[in-house]
Amino acid sequence: MDWWISFFSAAVVAGTPLLFATLGGIFNERAGHMNLGVEGMMIMGAVVGFSVALATSNAVAAMLTAAIAGALGALIYAVLTVTLRANQVVTGLTLTIFGTGFANFLGQSIVGQSTPAAIKAFFSNISIPVLSQIPVLGPVFFQKDIFIYFGYVLVILSGLYLYKTQIGLNLRAIGENPSAADAASVPVTLYKYVHLLWGGALCGLGGAYLSLVYVQSWQTSITAGMGWIAVALVIFSTWNPYKVFLSAYLFGGLSILGFRLQSAGIHISQHLLDMAPYLVTILVLVVLSMDERKSAGPKSLGIPYFREER
Amino acid sequence: MLKIVKKTEATIKQKIAINIVGIFAALTAAALFLALSGFNPLQVYISMVEGALGSSYRISQTVIQAVPLIILSLGIAIAFRMKFWNIGAEGQILMGGFLGSYFAYNFSQLPKPALLLLMLAAGAVGGAVWALIPAWLKVKFHANESITTLMLNYVALKWIEYLSAGPWKDPAAFGYPRMPRFTENAILPNVFGVHIGWIIALVLVVVVYLFLNNTKKGFEIAILGESENTARYAGISIGKTVLLAVCLSGALCGLTGIIQASAVNNEMSSALANGIGYTAIITTWLSGLSAPVIVLVCGLFAILTQGASYIQTAFGIPSAAASVLQALILFFVLGSDFFTKYKFVWQKSEHQTKEGK
Repeated sequence: MDWWISFFSAAVVAGTPLLFATLGGIFNERAGHMNLGVEGMMIMGAVVGFSVALATSNAVAAMLTAAIAGALGALIYAVLTVTLRANQVVTGLTLTIFGTGFANFLGQSIVGQSTPAAIKAFFSNISIPVLSQIPVLGPVFFQKDIFIYFGYVLVILSGLYLYKTQIGLNLRAIGENPSAADAASVPVTLYKYVHLLWGGALCGLGGAYLSLVYVQSWQTSITAGMGWIAVALVIFSTWNPYKVFLSAYLFGGLSILGFRLQSAGIHISQHLLDMAPYLVTILVLVVLSMDERKSAGPKSLGIPYFREER
Repeated sequence: MLKIVKKTEATIKQKIAINIVGIFAALTAAALFLALSGFNPLQVYISMVEGALGSSYRISQTVIQAVPLIILSLGIAIAFRMKFWNIGAEGQILMGGFLGSYFAYNFSQLPKPALLLLMLAAGAVGGAVWALIPAWLKVKFHANESITTLMLNYVALKWIEYLSAGPWKDPAAFGYPRMPRFTENAILPNVFGVHIGWIIALVLVVVVYLFLNNTKKGFEIAILGESENTARYAGISIGKTVLLAVCLSGALCGLTGIIQASAVNNEMSSALANGIGYTAIITTWLSGLSAPVIVLVCGLFAILTQGASYIQTAFGIPSAAASVLQALILFFVLGSDFFTKYKFVWQKSEHQTKEGK
């Protein structure tokens, strides 16, 4: 039992960068934009957040600047794909190359440094009264650091925003049919910019969790492909923020399962387990695509919108 | 109010001019980046060119960089012509390398020419099969291929990592997870100082150019890319055409994989692709999916990569800077493409006529 609790607890921690980045991806795709730059925006957030943490020892400043770094990456993407109508796939890939290069360049001077004590203290585990006493659920979910709690809040707020507000409805309309949204006088371009930038900020935060809390130092290419898992999890969550809870922690758990099993004496290759998120995503995508009546994902995904061509 | 309007399609001259302006803007932006990092941009640029083309040895190194980019871009271009977004070159390289090296490791007693031909063929088959999975999912279930190809890259990567950590691990590597080196007869020969891949690349440029522009199938692929409905009315079998084109696309990527493993690394490894499959998507896009232009663009990218590795030793500029430089150039070229199709006009109000031209 203890093994399971410790495993699930670690799964929540390992899944947190995925949670932020997947939420970010959902906002991007709901605005009709497939952004393959998630990995790049995450790593920009990771390096900037960590640099600011070293310089200021201020955790809030570190998180804020990480979010801004991710949003700036997204701004490049937004200008190119929204205003200049560049190909989304190619622009996203370029953003990942840019972000990784930028972060590794900036990060070379801080390799090997550890998180300042003030930051470690800020992100130490806090037990939530009452909730943390629930058997199993308590230690797994409610004896965590403040960054993880922030993630819980964001998931719920994102769900409410998308499904219960007029703005969220408008955003979903843009993802499905931008000309119809435009005709209903929704400012399409503004919406796209805002939600692409917000998505980028979330990816930046996901990266910051890695460098500030999970690894507690900067490593070259620290994200190591996590951004691509997030791209996959957007689909696995069927573009629904609430489901990110499940998908992020599930695949966070899977990413550490092999090593955990090995310490328990069971030998399953971590490399083979690592294939799971990708294979499952393909399966989910196929199942979603089989239903002809429903489309898999927002209908306008990947298609540039040009008012004069509607 | 600033408005965007469509303009008449730009002439070739205008397009080239716009792209050159884009590249200059990119070099200016990168110069700013270098200057902020404390380097003299002009000096860095000059040494990059020297580092890439300064001696016959350096030129041969640059050609070695260009070869995989050219073959990959040709492959990707075939799929992109059909608007099949094959992001899976990375995985197709690895699976081509995998199947090719299977023969390198297990049939090393064969005479050299037979073994090499077998390896090249197996490499192409490995890449083709790996590409056929997303193609089939697209034809059968309409599954978005940019996602499925991307996902399969990571499945392939994990598969190779698994092999090098376990079943294919070199017993002589002291527990280090790596695969054995190829035997001498599994290594592609050099021609004029560069491995034979450059000849394969040039032949393929001509073949792919002729295939895309002078054959019925190539024409059908182009029609399908323009409009699925037109293709259907013209009696083109959509499923078959997609499968064939993607199969060819994957075969070229797989071929690149085994060429790199054999001629450049002399071994199979999980670092075989190492991002080149993504770089090739960019070079393909920049070249406008035209085979001759691919040679030019890949040549320029190879100079950039080789030059960047030179300034790493000369100035201590980390190799990451090269990625930033490449990405900046691409951002500007992607952005400048807009100006070949649209223009900004300034309008005072909805009712007034457009100002300017």
